[in-house]
Amino acid sequence: MPLRMAEAKISLDGVRHVARLARLALDAQEEAKLQHDLSSILEYVEKLTELELSGVEPTAQVGDAGTPMRDDVVTNEPAADAVLANAPAREGFWFKVPKIIE
Amino acid sequence: MNDELFRLTINDARAALRKREISAVELTRACLERISATEPKLNAFLTVAESEALTQAQAADQRLAGTQPAPALCGIPLGIKDIFCVRGMRTTCASRILENFVPPFDATVIVRLREAGAVFLGKLNMDEFAMGSSTENSAFGPTRNPYDLARVPGGSSGGSAAAVAADECLASLGTDTGGSIRQPAALCGIVGVKPTYSRVSRYGIVAFASSLDQVGPLTKTVRDGAIMMHALAGVDPRDSTCSARPVPDYESALNGELRNLRVGVPKEFFVEGMQPAVDDAVRATLKHLEAAGATAREISLPHSQYAVATYYLIATAEASANLARYDGIRYGFRAEAEDLNELYHRTRALGFGPEVKRRIMLGTFALSSGYYDAYYLKAQRVRTLIRKDFEAAFNTCDVIVTPTSPTTAFRLGEKTQDPLQMYLSDIFTISVNLAGLPALSMPCGYDSDGLPIGLQIIGPAFGEETILRAADALERSGSIARRRPSAV
Repeated sequence: MPLRMAEAKISLDGVRHVARLARLALDAQEEAKLQHDLSSILEYVEKLTELELSGVEPTAQVGDAGTPMRDDVVTNEPAADAVLANAPAREGFWFKVPKIIE
Repeated sequence: MNDELFRLTINDARAALRKREISAVELTRACLERISATEPKLNAFLTVAESEALTQAQAADQRLAGTQPAPALCGIPLGIKDIFCVRGMRTTCASRILENFVPPFDATVIVRLREAGAVFLGKLNMDEFAMGSSTENSAFGPTRNPYDLARVPGGSSGGSAAAVAADECLASLGTDTGGSIRQPAALCGIVGVKPTYSRVSRYGIVAFASSLDQVGPLTKTVRDGAIMMHALAGVDPRDSTCSARPVPDYESALNGELRNLRVGVPKEFFVEGMQPAVDDAVRATLKHLEAAGATAREISLPHSQYAVATYYLIATAEASANLARYDGIRYGFRAEAEDLNELYHRTRALGFGPEVKRRIMLGTFALSSGYYDAYYLKAQRVRTLIRKDFEAAFNTCDVIVTPTSPTTAFRLGEKTQDPLQMYLSDIFTISVNLAGLPALSMPCGYDSDGLPIGLQIIGPAFGEETILRAADALERSGSIARRRPSAV
């Protein structure tokens, strides 16, 4: 099934809006490529509109675990050093981040 | 014992270890040497943990020499997909964003395998964040197929499949969200089991699509798959989605019996565009099943054609939420930035590869205001129809048999420019995840290039014993001659 140049299902501004929501910096080339790729994929998923879905309940989850409850107690050993060892920047026992409040 | 210990199955190695014909250290060394010899061709491993593995093997030998009975996997060398957190062992998920992440804890299945006495040889390559069907999306280079180095091993558990096929480890762990255990198992000519959703704990596994992700083994034989399943399955207080049902002894279900097995063959899965050799091999296997006393009948799963579209909305939506945690603050890669917002944007831009970005974008779009009902909610409704198709089918059959993948292993680069074509290579596996059912892939033949063909056997929810029994009986019947990979 060769993919033809899909009709734009999402505008370039639409791509930029979604990228902002997803916290992704994109360059102009990536924006254009994503507009093309997302348009192709969205065109493909349009086939779901063929189906009559009124009265069909959505499935969010399968399996039989239900919603088990447990006591809210700490079970893990303290491991602050091991956890902070993965931090890109730390100061003492804190994660270090750029200034957020002026 | 032969001098090629790395070729052993779990079942044979277990017997030899218990009889003290071989030691766990000898077996582990044989695998490590095999890894050294084959890795330059395959690139299946991202991390080889030689000293840790030998330490575990020594401990296993002590347990084997002791008076207590040795646990199920005592001294068995395994490879672990690099999506499982192993305490103190780098876990990258094949992404730059986790390149230097060292988990301070073990995934529940890793704890279970440690208790069972297993040896961890290292971490296996995969598509970044398990997103892909060829392992070409790894940030650390693709893995190659041991049957033809110009071809992909499948994905996303491509390293896990190639390593087992090439005898670098006796078995491996994988994860399957849309086919990521079964499709690479098929393309590499081995066995891969995707259990029922909720059968195995996901605690400590890097999350992709939480309503679909499952853990399972990739093994040389069906019996080995049953042995691994017994070690992996069972309730976990750390994963609230994990089922509390008792875990059966899967191995004891392998009685070699195929008589009166009702096999459903969905007409929608024998489609135009399927490689003729795949079609032929699956049909020949159905004949073997019937000759052994099974009955095959055509069934219909009418909504199958909507499964790929449904999956790529649900899986990407869930992924976009799960991957929000990679923000450069607490762990992983962080880009230089002046302020926090720029830090998030640049970290994620530089840390994620193209396919991961594409899926985050699609999922974010499908969940965004104004599109949620038209895309995400609609996909969830279609998911109900797909699930009900299977429920209806299992009223008239015990297992469903299909090809695992429409083609044998494709060439590196063949599908990388066209995401949709790549997605369609999972067309036969995806609906099983949407319905949450157990399924396995096993070898059922080879095409004219000598590339393996996979047969998929699907069961009803918690029907692992039934599919393992059928697959083992078929394997033991000798009707499918196995060939070793020729390129390693």
